[in-house]
Amino acid sequence: MYDFAFHKPSSLSEAVALLADPDARPISGGQTILPALKHRLDRPSALVDLSGIAELRGIRREGDRIVIGAMSRHAEISRDPTVAAAIPALARMAGNLGDTQVRNRGTMGGSLANNDPAADYPAAALGLGATFVTSRRRIGADDYFQGMFATALEPGELLTAIEFPVPEKAGYAKMRNPASRYVMTGVFVARGPMGVRVAVNGAGPGVFRQAEMEAALAANWSADAVAGIRQSPDTLNGDIHGSAEYRAHLVTVMAKRAVLDAG
Amino acid sequence: MPSVSLTVNGQPHSVEVEGRTLLVELLREKLRLTGTHVGCDTSQCGACVVHVDGESVKSCTILAVQADGSAVTTIEGLAAPDGTLHPMQEAFREYHALQCGFCTPGMVMSAIDLVKKHPDGMSEHEIREGLEGNLCRCTGYHNIVKAIAAAQEVIHGRRETLAPAEA
Repeated sequence: MYDFAFHKPSSLSEAVALLADPDARPISGGQTILPALKHRLDRPSALVDLSGIAELRGIRREGDRIVIGAMSRHAEISRDPTVAAAIPALARMAGNLGDTQVRNRGTMGGSLANNDPAADYPAAALGLGATFVTSRRRIGADDYFQGMFATALEPGELLTAIEFPVPEKAGYAKMRNPASRYVMTGVFVARGPMGVRVAVNGAGPGVFRQAEMEAALAANWSADAVAGIRQSPDTLNGDIHGSAEYRAHLVTVMAKRAVLDAG
Repeated sequence: MPSVSLTVNGQPHSVEVEGRTLLVELLREKLRLTGTHVGCDTSQCGACVVHVDGESVKSCTILAVQADGSAVTTIEGLAAPDGTLHPMQEAFREYHALQCGFCTPGMVMSAIDLVKKHPDGMSEHEIREGLEGNLCRCTGYHNIVKAIAAAQEVIHGRRETLAPAEA
C-alpha cells in the first residue's frame, strides 16, 4: 500500500470539501478499498474516513419507507428491529454476506457505491426500487446502477442514505461461490408499491431486472410461475467458477427459491 | 506522521504511525504483541482477528488510524493477570482444538464474539456458520467446534466448570 494523508471529518460538508481533491477517496468500512490499496490498484493522495459523520448514520422508518444511513454497518442492519419488521429479506441479506468480521466493519453505502457485480445489496436496492440520496440529489435505482463497478455517482458525490419502500413481500436467494463466498448468482423478488420487481445479481456484469419473470409473477405470484422461464446466457459472465450457461440456469433456480423465501 | 491513541488490553498507548499502517502492524511491530497473526493478509483467513470496542474485526483490514480512540483486545489480553486462562482458551486446551496453532488466536477471538452474541447458545451448525471468517489449514475444525460448544456453557453460566473432553 502506498502512503496517503488521512482525514476524519465530522460533517458531510467537510467531507465533500476534502473530496473535491480528485485524488482523494472516501473510506467507509474499508473492507473493499483496503484490499484494493494493498494490491496498489489505486494511489489516493488522501483517504477521507466517513465514520465520524453523524448525518450518515441511523436507520429509521419514515412513513412507507425504511431509510438506512449510508454508514450503517452490515451487522447493525442485520440486527435492526425496524428493518427486520418491515423488510425481513433485507435484514437476512445483511446478516448473510461476507463473514462476521466483514459485517462488523463493512457498510451498506460503501457496498452500493462500489457496485461489485457479485455484491448482495444491489439486488435488494434494484429489486425494491430504492432511492439513493446523495450529497447533491436523489437517484432512482433504475438510473443508479450502470454496470460493473459503475454507478451514477459523480466524482466527489457521496451517498448519504438509501430509502427502501416497504414491500408487501420480498425474498432473496443466492448461490455462493464455495471458495470466495461471493454471489455466483442471486435473485431478489419484491411485490408492493414498487410493483413486481425481479433483480438478478452476480450473474451479469451488473445487477439487472428480469422483465419476463416480473410479468409472470405479476400474473401469478408463485415459484411455479418462474420455473419455466429461461434466462439467456448471452450477456452473462462466464469464468473459471461457472459458465454463462450455468449462471443462466441458476437465475431460474434462484428466482424460484427467492419467491419461496418471500412467502 | 499521524498519532494514534488507543487502549490495548487495558493499557493506554499513543503511537506514531503512517496513514497506511494497519492495526495488525501497530499491534505486532510497534507494541510487540505478536500473538495476533497475519495469515493471508487479504481479510479471508481470520488469523488476525482482534476485538475493537468489543466487536471482532480482521486487524489486517483496518487502518491503525481508524482505531484511534478505540479499546482493542488481543489474545494476550484474555487471561487473568495470575495466568488463569479465559474459559475459551481453557476449552481450546481441554478439547485439543488446535494442531499447528497458527489460526488459534483468531479462532479464539472470533469464538468469544460469537458466543457473546448468542446468549441462548448455539448448535454445532450455528457454530460452524459463525466461524465462516476463520480458516484452519490443518482442517482441525471438529475439535474447535467442540471446544466452543463446551465453552459457551461456562461463559453463559450454565455450567460451573468446563465439561471434560472424552478421552
